[in-house]
Amino acid sequence: MKFEVILAGFGGQGILFAGNLLAQAGMEAGLRVTFLPVYGPEMRGGTCNCTVVLSDREIASPVVTRPKALVIMNLPSFEKFVPRLKPRGLAVVNENLVPRERAAGFPGRRFLFLPADDLAEEEGAPGLANMAALGALVAATRVVPPEKVLSGLESLLPEHRRHLLEANRRVFKRGYEFALRNSATASER
Amino acid sequence: MKPVLVKGSEAIALGALEAGCRCYFGYPITPQNEIPELMARELPKRGGVFLQAESELAAVNMLLGAVSTGVRAMTSSSSPGISLMAETFSYLAALELPAVIVNVSRGGPGLGGIEASQGDYFQATRGAGHGDYHFLVLSPASIQEAYELTAKAFELSEKYRQPALILTDALLGQMKEPLIPRRLRVREYPKDWALDGARGRPARVLKSLFLGPGELRARNELLKKKYRAMRREARAEVLYAEGAELAVCAFGSLSRIVKEAVEMARKKGYPVAFVRPVTLFPFPEKPFRELALRGVRFLVVELNCGQMVEDVRLSVCGRTEVESLALPPSDLPAPEDIYRRIRRCLRRR
Repeated sequence: MKFEVILAGFGGQGILFAGNLLAQAGMEAGLRVTFLPVYGPEMRGGTCNCTVVLSDREIASPVVTRPKALVIMNLPSFEKFVPRLKPRGLAVVNENLVPRERAAGFPGRRFLFLPADDLAEEEGAPGLANMAALGALVAATRVVPPEKVLSGLESLLPEHRRHLLEANRRVFKRGYEFALRNSATASER
Repeated sequence: MKPVLVKGSEAIALGALEAGCRCYFGYPITPQNEIPELMARELPKRGGVFLQAESELAAVNMLLGAVSTGVRAMTSSSSPGISLMAETFSYLAALELPAVIVNVSRGGPGLGGIEASQGDYFQATRGAGHGDYHFLVLSPASIQEAYELTAKAFELSEKYRQPALILTDALLGQMKEPLIPRRLRVREYPKDWALDGARGRPARVLKSLFLGPGELRARNELLKKKYRAMRREARAEVLYAEGAELAVCAFGSLSRIVKEAVEMARKKGYPVAFVRPVTLFPFPEKPFRELALRGVRFLVVELNCGQMVEDVRLSVCGRTEVESLALPPSDLPAPEDIYRRIRRCLRRR
């Protein structure tokens, strides 16, 4: 088993946190993992992405150009990364910021659109759309057990964000359940 | 022991603490700030000293002062900051002081950029400062190895009374992987040279000015002999040498991408070996010589305009072909790019 995912969006959308959490969950599930963030000017706004690789064998390259999965939180990231998605690969897309019609140009890829911002807002945590998307990815791919993500949150949330632990869990579950109810659709054309 | 998910820079700092590093001096620069961040948090708890200096020049001279008392100490920086330290590097080498220096290198020349680069290979292996000297240079390729090699750098620097440098880059410095922070055995060596107070013993002198007839020559001969003795520390990772026609060579974090490409090629049945120098000085000549004697050709992949390829050519001494795939920053290559080059190399025959 080898699973590669690129997570991308605006700086501030929690892209690096979500990627880091997925890697933490993978490690706690006994997998080999690498987490490669972009860093620098992105920290101050602008596009931001990170690459996570999970495998049951030694991982050579942490750099992946053609991933099996994507988590796309905004339109510029959709345009940049979806063309690189492997055939039959899955893109989890935040439909609050990316129109569904965009998927039409990519035959053979699977898309799971979810209203990540809405789900987070409904849980009273508008900043946590990242967790909704991560929940959807974990449900759609079963790459790590969801409990490992929830327990991973404990080790990863810094002290000053501790009060957000339950909100993170709730939004993650909303995304997870959304994906169980709505399966990914393959692009027609 | 439970693994922890940490960045390469953090693994370096943890390795230094494991080796008993007591003092850190530095000045902030991207992409290595996680090293001082961790040291600032941990050293005071352990009775050590963390000091953010006013400049890299100050930091490296504080390091010189600290290690001359025999205490384990380090500094870290990134390429432009390392250049600023070069004068004192020469003095550290001349005084034979066991300092540990970390370069989480970035693209140059000049201010360059902050992305991964291996443009400092020459600077690291040829000394950077003036005069005839070398650092011992170690280059990790994983987070676990970053931890272990940093601890090893402290041991070897004392064994040979010799500054040691960890050369890594933004890719390994910033990425996270599981680290098993296991206890390491770091050997101690007698410090009969340390300036730790002369009460009850004759005074000691550490100096680098030699004006007497023949003195400087003797000094240089001594260093030369030491660098030759260090050759026994040369290390490399060699994979798939059996039956190989081509060996692909890379160091540090880039070697991870190259390894992936080699594995892709082997899956397709191409007879390709993988060679990764772990020590850059002393350069591990032996595996290169042995492969060359069997007629294996080399492809050297680097994130620069072609530097280590010179050491590979010196090692094989004209016995085989050595090709250079030189990739200056700022984009990282994909494993597929390197795989295609491997295929081209092999089809040409």
